[in-house]
Amino acid sequence: MSAAQKRQTAAFFILGFATMLVVIPIILTMAYVVFKGIGAVNWSFLTEAPRNGMKEGGIFPAIVGTIILIIGTMIFSLPLGVLAAIYLVEYAKDNFFTRLIKLSVVNLSGVPSIVYGLFGFGLFVLFLRLGTSILAGSLTLAIMSLPVIITATKEALESVPASFREISLSLGATKWQTIRNCVLPYSIPGILTGTVLSLSRAAGETAPILFTVAAFYLPRLPHSVFDQAMALSYHLYAIATQVPNIPPKISFATAFVLIALVFLMNLGSIILRARFRKKKLW
Amino acid sequence: MSRKIREFGVEGCIKLSGLLVIIFVILIFLLLLKESLSLFGVYPFKDFLTGTKWLPVSDPPKFGIVPLLLGSIYVTVGAIVICVPLGVASAMFIAEVAPAGFKHILKSLIEILASIPSVVLGFIGIVWLGPFLKTTFHLSTGMCGLTGSLLLAYMALPTIISISEDAIVSVPKSYKEAAFGLGATRWQTLWRIILPAASSGIIASIMLGIGRVIGETMVVLMVTGNSPIIPHTLLQPLRTLTATIAGEMGETVSGSDHYYALFATGLILFIITFLINLIADIYLQRTKK
Repeated sequence: MSAAQKRQTAAFFILGFATMLVVIPIILTMAYVVFKGIGAVNWSFLTEAPRNGMKEGGIFPAIVGTIILIIGTMIFSLPLGVLAAIYLVEYAKDNFFTRLIKLSVVNLSGVPSIVYGLFGFGLFVLFLRLGTSILAGSLTLAIMSLPVIITATKEALESVPASFREISLSLGATKWQTIRNCVLPYSIPGILTGTVLSLSRAAGETAPILFTVAAFYLPRLPHSVFDQAMALSYHLYAIATQVPNIPPKISFATAFVLIALVFLMNLGSIILRARFRKKKLW
Repeated sequence: MSRKIREFGVEGCIKLSGLLVIIFVILIFLLLLKESLSLFGVYPFKDFLTGTKWLPVSDPPKFGIVPLLLGSIYVTVGAIVICVPLGVASAMFIAEVAPAGFKHILKSLIEILASIPSVVLGFIGIVWLGPFLKTTFHLSTGMCGLTGSLLLAYMALPTIISISEDAIVSVPKSYKEAAFGLGATRWQTLWRIILPAASSGIIASIMLGIGRVIGETMVVLMVTGNSPIIPHTLLQPLRTLTATIAGEMGETVSGSDHYYALFATGLILFIITFLINLIADIYLQRTKK
C-alpha cells in the first residue's frame, strides 16, 4: 500500500470515528429516555390530571394544552406563511420590497426563541391586553413558525413546472385561477410537509411560551382561548427544575411523551414527503 | 367584472401577507428598542454595556451586561470548539465516504437529533450529563458552562452537518473527476479539492450553528448553574443572556427598570443573532452562484 493510500485509510478512519461520536450519543440518549420513561407511561398517566403538587397523577392537561397550541399555531401561521410564499414565487418582481421580504424571512428564522417570548409578552400579553393566554401563546409560536412554512411552501411552488402556469394562462385563466387550480394542488404535499415539521418544532419549544401562555400547575382543561394552559415542554421544565422530590419516573415519562409526540409528527412529515415523491407525475 | 374584483382582492391579501413578514421583524425590533430606551433614560447605556455586575434586585440595582455576555461567549466558544470539527468531519464522512445504505441511516439519526426538544436535552443534562461530568472531572458542581457547551454542541450539530453536507455534495462532479484523472486518491481529492470548493457553505453552516447556540435558552437555563458573575473557566457556574431573560422575566413587575433591562438584554441578543445570520446568508448566497 502506498503512503498516500495509507494516509487515506487513516483519514477515513478519523472521519468515521467523528461520525460515531455524533451518532452514538444520540442513540444512547434516546434509548435512555425511552428505557427510563416507558415503564411509567400508562393509560391513567395519559388521561389524568396531575395531583399532589405534580408528584402523582398524570399529564393529561399538558398533553391537551400542547395539542391546542399546535392547532392555534397552525391556524395563524399556515395561511399567512402560504400567502407570503405565493407572493414571493408568483407575484414578486425583483425589487427592493421583495429583497426586504426575503431578508426578513432570513432574519425571523434566526431570532432566538426567547426573543420571540419577549416579543409575544410585550405585544400580545401586555400591549394588546390578551393576558397570559392560549391566544397570545399561539400567536407567538405562529410568528416563530413562519420562516419554515414560507421556505417549504416556496420550494414546493417553485418545483411546479412553469409550463403548467403558461398553459393555464394561455387558456384565459386569471393569475389567481392559475395559482389555485394549476399550482397549489401540486404543491400541497410539500406545503404540508413543511408545516408539520415547523409545528413539531413549535410543540417542543419552551422559551416562547414561558410568559405568554404556560401555566405552572393547572390541573384542569382550559375554558377558552383567553385561558392559560399547561404544555408538555414547560411541564417538563417545571418538574425538572422547580419542584423538589418529583419521582424520577414521572419526569422521564413526561420527557418520553414529549419526544414521542414530536417524533410522530416528524414521521408524519417524512411519510407525506415519500408519498409526494411517488405521486409526482412530471 | 366580479372576476376582476376577486382577482384584485386576492392579490391584495397576498401582498399584505408579504408585507406582514417585514412588519413582524420591524415590530420585534421596535418593541425591543422602545422598552430598552426606557431603561437607558434612567440607567446610562454605557454602564449597561460595560458594567461588570448584574444585580437587578439590589438597592440601587446594577444592570451590567458584561457577565452575561461573557457567559454566552464562553458557552458558545466551548460548544463551537466541540461541534465544528465533529460536524464538518461527519459531513465529509456522510457525503463522500459512507456507503449509500449507511448514509441513509446516519442522515435519519441526525434528523432525529434535530427534532429533540431543547427542554429534553436540558433534562438529560440535569439527570445524567451534569452528575456524570461532576464525578468524572471531580468538579464542585456538574451544573456549569461545560455541561451547557456539550449539550449545545449537539444541538448545533444537525445544522452544521446538513448544510456542510449539502455544500460538499453540490461541488461540481468535474472537479472530482479532474483530480482522479491526475492520480489523486479519494482523500486527497476530498481534502484539497472538494473541501476548499465547499468552504462558503461550510462557513455558512458554522455561522448558523453559532447563531443557534447563542440563541438557545432552555438548555443553558437548566444546566449552567445560573450564576450571573464573570466566569473564569467553563468549569464554573455561569449565566447567559438568554437564560437571564427566561429566568428573571417571570419575577419582574412590568414597567420596572428590571423589566426594561431584560428587554435591553433581548435587544443585544437580537442584534448579535441578526448580524450572525446576515453573514451566514451572504456565504449561502455565494454557494448558489
